[in-house]
Formats: sequence, structure tokens, C-alpha cells
Amino acid sequence: MVHRYKLNNFNIVLDVCSGSIHAVDELTYDMIGLYEDGDRGSVIAAMRKQYPDAQEAELGEVYDQLTALRDAGKLFAPDTFAPMAGKLKEKSAGVVKALCLHVAHTCNLNCAYCFASQGKYHGERAVMSLDVGKRALDFLIEHSGTRRNLEVDFFGGEPLMNWEVVKELVRYARVREQEVSKHFRFTLTTNGLLIDDDVIDFCNREMHNVVLSLDGRKEIHDRWRVDYAGNGSWDRIVPKFQKLVQARGGKNYYMRGTFTHNNPDFLKDIQTMLDLGFTELSMEPVVAAPDDPNALTADDIPVVMEQYEELAKLMLRREREGKPFTFYHYMIDLTGGPCIYKRISGCGSGTEYMAVTPWGDLYPCHQFVGEDAFKLGDIWQGVTNTEAQEQFAACNVYAKPECRDCWARLYCSGGCAANAFHATGSVTGVYETGCELFKKRMECAIMMAIARQLG
Amino acid sequence: MEMKHIVTLETRDLCASAKNGGCGECQTCGIANQQCENENR
Repeated sequence: MVHRYKLNNFNIVLDVCSGSIHAVDELTYDMIGLYEDGDRGSVIAAMRKQYPDAQEAELGEVYDQLTALRDAGKLFAPDTFAPMAGKLKEKSAGVVKALCLHVAHTCNLNCAYCFASQGKYHGERAVMSLDVGKRALDFLIEHSGTRRNLEVDFFGGEPLMNWEVVKELVRYARVREQEVSKHFRFTLTTNGLLIDDDVIDFCNREMHNVVLSLDGRKEIHDRWRVDYAGNGSWDRIVPKFQKLVQARGGKNYYMRGTFTHNNPDFLKDIQTMLDLGFTELSMEPVVAAPDDPNALTADDIPVVMEQYEELAKLMLRREREGKPFTFYHYMIDLTGGPCIYKRISGCGSGTEYMAVTPWGDLYPCHQFVGEDAFKLGDIWQGVTNTEAQEQFAACNVYAKPECRDCWARLYCSGGCAANAFHATGSVTGVYETGCELFKKRMECAIMMAIARQLG
Repeated sequence: MEMKHIVTLETRDLCASAKNGGCGECQTCGIANQQCENENR
């Protein structure tokens, strides 16, 4: 399967199953569209009608180059991956390598669009005790099999509302990892209100990544991200974020924003973050029910698509000017990216990755917390709801009929189970708006790789 | 690889990755922005 598209004056060809990417001239671009329709003679004859001025030798040369690429497995590569679907999850059944620790089901902000209902996840306010947290880390170690790298996200709610427990859990993990020859990587997601020097020092020493919630422009951010008195948070958090990032000394962080129906022109928010000195950026489309006033509408989608293209051009321009920045969803590593098993099987939610509530209950990921049908078990008994877990074990690209003919399937890996569930009622459903936006992002990211190579 | 009409970028061969992939060590947006962490690649 081949995906062809034109963007930023490049003719781009993605060979889906080999992963090969080609930049081609106009003649070649059109011939690729005809290549599988006939033999050498009929393809060249059809091309002659489109390009009456083209030399016969040139048409033959292009055809032969395409044939050489096909024979090298870099064009029209067959899809031989379907039998592998599910192999990675079969091979690693019972292995857990990552946990999202909900250390606080409470929050000091009252954001209108919060998927976690202001951190409470449709339940009671609570914070995780140190004992529950330690048991969660032990559960992870016990179920990690031969995996050496273990990931833990401190999440909420607002995790800094349970900061002393976070620090103690990191210290505990550092002792345990020496005992069992594992390596923990910690991530903290915060709204920033409680950042102080202690948080900055500890995070910059221990956190592999820090995710800082900022929606960009002050008027956009403060429209939704307010405290319980209704006051915006932008003025209070931006200086704290700037101080943390400056002290971070190049270690991983990213500013994570959400754009909604109210700001489909999110490039202005990206620009605001750049003006504030932040260079590691992520702006994600809100995932909301269609009747939610924040949800992106059909009229918003073309605006967002155009913004993605303009963002790619801005990134290339700033790279040339020596002022590069990172947009999280354009980070594709063409030579060092994931293997085919990972690309088929997806993020691992519900199998090798789970969320832990303050009470020690296990859910497939943070977006399923509070959905009783998806409670998998707990950190003492392990997974007891095998019926629910089997839904996630069966999740892969080839389990979704809509994905089988999609050119982006080995980049998105079938998409997010939670988004699919909330959009369609099934974890193997397809969230179509998300698909369209994802494909545009991949087209932009691939175009940028070509632009960097060709100048 | 560069031919007269075509420039091919260097990419990981997904078909070949079936032979030595699936170690499960990589970090667990899409999947494409992840890094392979297979030490025996």
C-alpha cells in the first residue's frame, strides 16, 4: 500500500508496509498512481497521454526506477503483518511495565473541560497513602518479568497536592531498583500552582520528564483553567514554569495544552509559549462529546488542518534561523522508531500499562478510572476481571476493520482505546475525528523530515 | 538513496524489524514518536 500526497511543494510517497519514504518529481508521482494498473507498456502509454512532451526514454527510466524500488522492498511492499497481530501481547501476557499512579484525586483548579471531573474521576476526593503507593511499586516490580525499564507517572488530579508521598515513593523506588536490577523512569504532570524551589530541585533531580499544563494565550488559558473562586491561573503559574524549565538544564519537559472549539487557531497559543521561552511544546485537540460546547465542530477541522501545516512551516523556518522548537506530535524518528510488533499492538493500556487509584484499584489507563465496568482488580490481588482485560489484549491494528486499509495504521497503532470507547462505546471502535487529525499530523511530520534532507 | 527522479529517506525497515523486534523495553501521540530501546537491535 502506498500513500501519496503533496505538501509544502514536495511530492511525497509513503510505502506503508516497509516504512520507506520517497520524495519524487511530478512525473514519478503520477506514474506511481498508475503503476499497479498495468504492465510497463500500458503504464508508459497512459503516462504519455498525461505528459505528451515527455521523452520515451525518460518515461521508461522512471518506470524502471520504480520497479527497482519495488524489487528492493521499498515500494508496494506487501502487508505480511496480520499474523503477528497480538503476538507481542501474547508473548508478554501478565507482564506490567508501567503504572499511572493517581496520587491525588483532588485538584486546586476547577477546569471546565477536565476529563477527570476536576480530579475526582466521578468519585470521592482522596489522596494516595504512602503504603498504597509502595505496594503499587512492588506490584509493578513483581509483574515486570524480564523488563528492565519501568515507567511511573505521578498523576491526578493534581499530584503536588500529595507531594511528600510522591517524594517518598521515588526514594523507595530508588532503593528497590538497586535490589532488583530495574530502572525506574518517573514523570510528573502538574498544573503548576504548587511549584516551589523544593519541587523544582526534586523534579530536576529525579523526574525523567515533567509535563506542565498551559493552554497558551492568557485569555484562552484563563477561560477554562480557573480555581474554585473562578480566578484564572495563568499569571500565577507562568513564572513558576519558567523558573522550573530554566533550572531543568535541558532535561525533558514539555508544555502541554489543550485546544478546543474556542481556539482552533492554536498556532497563536504555540507562539505565546515560544514568546515565554518554552521550546518543548504539545497542543492536543480536546476529546469531548459532540454536544459539548468545547468540542471541535466540522467547521473547526479545516482551520485546525491549516494550523498544523503552518506549524510545520514555522518549525522549519525557526530551525533555519537557529531557533528550533519541538512539537511533541511531530516527533517521529524514522530510523530509530518502534519495531513492527509495537506498531501493531499500540500503547499497552490494560495489559502492560495500568492506572492505580488512591485506593489501589487497577484500571486500563487514567481515562478509564471511574468506569466501574473497567475496574481490572487491585494491587494486592492483581487482575481479577480477566474479561475486561481480554478486550485490551485483543486490541491491535488488525482487530479494527476500519484500520486495515488506512495508510497511517503503523503510525497510530490503531489509536487510543479510551477515545474509541468514549466516541463509539467500544474499545475497538474508531474515533474518526481523531483519525483525521492524526493523519494530518503524520503528513506534516514526514514532510518536515523530507524538507530537512532536501533543504 | 538518491536516483534521478526519486530521493529515498533512510528509514527503519519495518519488515526487517519483525526478525528482532518485540523486546518490549520501549517506553509505555500515536506510537510513531517512541524510540526503540532494544539493546540487541
